[in-house]
Amino acid sequence: MLLKVELPSDPSMLCVVRGAMERLTETFGFSASEVRSVTRAVDEALTNIMRHSYGGKLDRRIELSCLRVSKQQRVPSGQGFEVRLVDYGPKIDPAKLRGRKLDEIKPGGLGLHFIRQSMDIVEFKRARGTNVLRLVKYLQPEKREEN
Amino acid sequence: MQISARLLGTTTVFDITGDIDFANSPEVRKALLSEIREKKTPKVVMNMSKVRYIDSSGVASLVEGLKASRDAGTRFLLVGLSSAAREVLQLSRLLKIFEVFDTEEAALAS
Repeated sequence: MLLKVELPSDPSMLCVVRGAMERLTETFGFSASEVRSVTRAVDEALTNIMRHSYGGKLDRRIELSCLRVSKQQRVPSGQGFEVRLVDYGPKIDPAKLRGRKLDEIKPGGLGLHFIRQSMDIVEFKRARGTNVLRLVKYLQPEKREEN
Repeated sequence: MQISARLLGTTTVFDITGDIDFANSPEVRKALLSEIREKKTPKVVMNMSKVRYIDSSGVASLVEGLKASRDAGTRFLLVGLSSAAREVLQLSRLLKIFEVFDTEEAALAS
């Protein structure tokens, strides 16, 4: 376990989490670009929970955990950074987790797109009355000199 | 996040400082739409040189501002995008739909 925090569903917490994610992913070894990607994905995922799962209520519980993932053969570095977000809101319709197409110029619907673009694995499941979002980003040693 | 407005002739320049996220993007949206829809300002410039982060709700606010300006027949310009803000607009494939300038002077002269 790298980090485990519980936070209220208050948007004013977003900047706090971004700050923590930036430092943590930097320490983990991600490039500046990857740090921005993971931080953005977590920020957007938290926003989705606050907006959709909790409907804008400010005092609901969100659990955020960051873990080091065990070795994967296809990943040169063998290391991955996993983020788990748990909320206690109602069951989410999986159809609503697909995001929208980008060929339309309209506001909204971009958060999921950002999450999927930023992370290597994006998985959602309903478990024991909670919504669990699992995000994984693998460390790519050959890209670490960027930025 | 702080947002302030300057009136330069018939142009309004919004200076934004800090991160634009779900906590404050409604404030950005409200300021933009008030200037464009209600005041019908001919040219609105968003100076984003001090914006370090913008999320999807912030991007949505910019898109709403752009759509409102198109409806009103006015102009909506972005200035001084940080690499992070530019990256987000590129990811959403929306960078090309905005008028983007490196400096405020260039935007005002356009």
